Amino acid sequence: MGLNPPVETVYKRPETLTQTATHYCPGCTHGVAHRLVAEVMEEMNLQEKTIGVASVGCSVFAYNYIDCDFVEAAHGRAPAMATGIKRLLPDRIVFTYQGDGDLASIGMAEIVHAAARGENITTIFINNAIYGMTGGQMAPTTLPGQITTSSPTGRDIEQAGFPIRTAEMLATLDGAGYIARRSLHDPKNIRKAKKSIRLAFETQQRGLGFSMVELLSTCPTNWGLNPIEALQWIEERMIPVYPLEDFKVSPALSQVRV
Amino acid sequence: MAKELLKGNEAIAEAAIRSGLEAYFGYPITPQTELLEWLSRRMPELGRTFLQAESELAAINMVYGAACTGARVMTSSSSPGISLMMEGISYIAGTEIPVVLVDVMRGGPGLGNIAPAQGDYNQIVHGGGHGDFHPIVLAPASVQESIDLTVEAFDLADKYRAIVVVLIDGSIGQMMEPAELPPMQPIQKRNQEWAVTGAKDRERRILSSIYIDPEDEEVINFRLLERWNEIEANELRYKEYFMEDAELVVIGFGTAGRVALSAVRAARSEGIPVGLLRPITVSPFPYARIKEQTELACGMLVVEMNSGQMLQDVLAAVGGKIPVEFYGRMGGVVPLPDEILAEIRRLCYEPVAPSANPRISWMNRMNITKN
Repeated sequence: MGLNPPVETVYKRPETLTQTATHYCPGCTHGVAHRLVAEVMEEMNLQEKTIGVASVGCSVFAYNYIDCDFVEAAHGRAPAMATGIKRLLPDRIVFTYQGDGDLASIGMAEIVHAAARGENITTIFINNAIYGMTGGQMAPTTLPGQITTSSPTGRDIEQAGFPIRTAEMLATLDGAGYIARRSLHDPKNIRKAKKSIRLAFETQQRGLGFSMVELLSTCPTNWGLNPIEALQWIEERMIPVYPLEDFKVSPALSQVRV
Repeated sequence: MAKELLKGNEAIAEAAIRSGLEAYFGYPITPQTELLEWLSRRMPELGRTFLQAESELAAINMVYGAACTGARVMTSSSSPGISLMMEGISYIAGTEIPVVLVDVMRGGPGLGNIAPAQGDYNQIVHGGGHGDFHPIVLAPASVQESIDLTVEAFDLADKYRAIVVVLIDGSIGQMMEPAELPPMQPIQKRNQEWAVTGAKDRERRILSSIYIDPEDEEVINFRLLERWNEIEANELRYKEYFMEDAELVVIGFGTAGRVALSAVRAARSEGIPVGLLRPITVSPFPYARIKEQTELACGMLVVEMNSGQMLQDVLAAVGGKIPVEFYGRMGGVVPLPDEILAEIRRLCYEPVAPSANPRISWMNRMNITKN
């Protein structure tokens, strides 16, 4: 009888994630989101048939980390570019990876119409309530009163209006098959986020229409917080404004167990 | 195939289909809408992709994505819509992928009007968005030529992995003429060695226009420039009429060139030794041919439906060696042959100071005739 306990790998780097170290700031959750996408791609065996569409923002180099064919879109236009690819290659998996400035500000028209058309693509939407790459300016998702470099006294709703709840908005469209918001602030929520990303790709694979997972993410550098405080800031400040829910789940997804 | 009575916009659309167009993305705008409408019916019929985008901005980026898969793709628009596409055009150029674009020009600036004009010359030939690159620009002057150059546009785009623009104005888009369509080419499933299709049994591919290291970006700029030099050397096209013994040369592209031809014919019947040079590629531009002609001619007249945009290129080619005059109509006004004939007569019988600014003297003449 063997005395050594059986060795089982329970956690490893997915093959779909390149060996390149990310350029993200310490405490930024982009790396977590990348990994979740890569894990889902691997579990669903999608690496050879997936084309990613990177956007403009901190995640502009997403293609350096997620290991599949990639294109790099102009600012805000990832859903249009993804549409062009998917229409020509309907049996491939096409996803966009966009931040809040890219998706909810300059690219709002493209995301709304891609969802309205029921475009069979998946969008990973990183909402960190700020413009990261350009150095911390106000985003469409910046909270009322939140200080940024372009709202130095805090976002004044009288002057700059209100944050946009994109997931809720897109869920009103008939073309959307799966729309959910999740958060990356603790392990429990990260696991839930992964389940949602899986469901979003399942939605696409089943041809059930547009799918998007909005992920509440940190930006410690531009929020002026340390990484732990930043995680707490998501929980205490962002979640009350951006509730974590399934906003649209195609009935056909009810059989899918992930 | 027999000649049929065809409308310019529809003829271009059908010519594109017969050249193996796999996908079209566009947005309605007068005077190009029939092109989109034609494809909205024909493309699904053939099992190909047609999509009406939410804007020209989206359309050009859908084309960008679709072109990244290695397919033959096209979009079309008219002046204000082309302005909106400039960002995407620059990205496509920076990514070095083939795309065909049709611009059916209208009066401007701004919302302008829907009448024929040539005010996009600069934005297409010398513009095309930010950064250093040149699109190939073909300027047909008839429905038949629009068909032929559309077919050629796809081959040129593939050959040079470049953007090819078919540049017409609203009158060519809207007019009906007898013309012959090309035979139907089957769609070739082309396995482009650069296309993104999913990394199955090969290394993954990344298509982008980002080169964050300036040294790398400079290499790309040199590569684009080298390819452009090759295009300039091999793809120059122009048409000459009555040029053998021409002492005066009229230069015009597209509709302006076509109207000028009527005037040149009339002037010839009066015994004036005038010829017409009609650039078919306005980019690359026939600088050398025009320069060569300065040895033989004693004056040139540039005719355009704008304020003298191509005029600048002619002046650069002529280099002050002979007088150059300009006649233009703007804002959607098409010049009549008689107006150009009057200019040819004037150039023939009245001396022009080589130092005169052709645009200023044209404006002065226009004010006199307007009074």
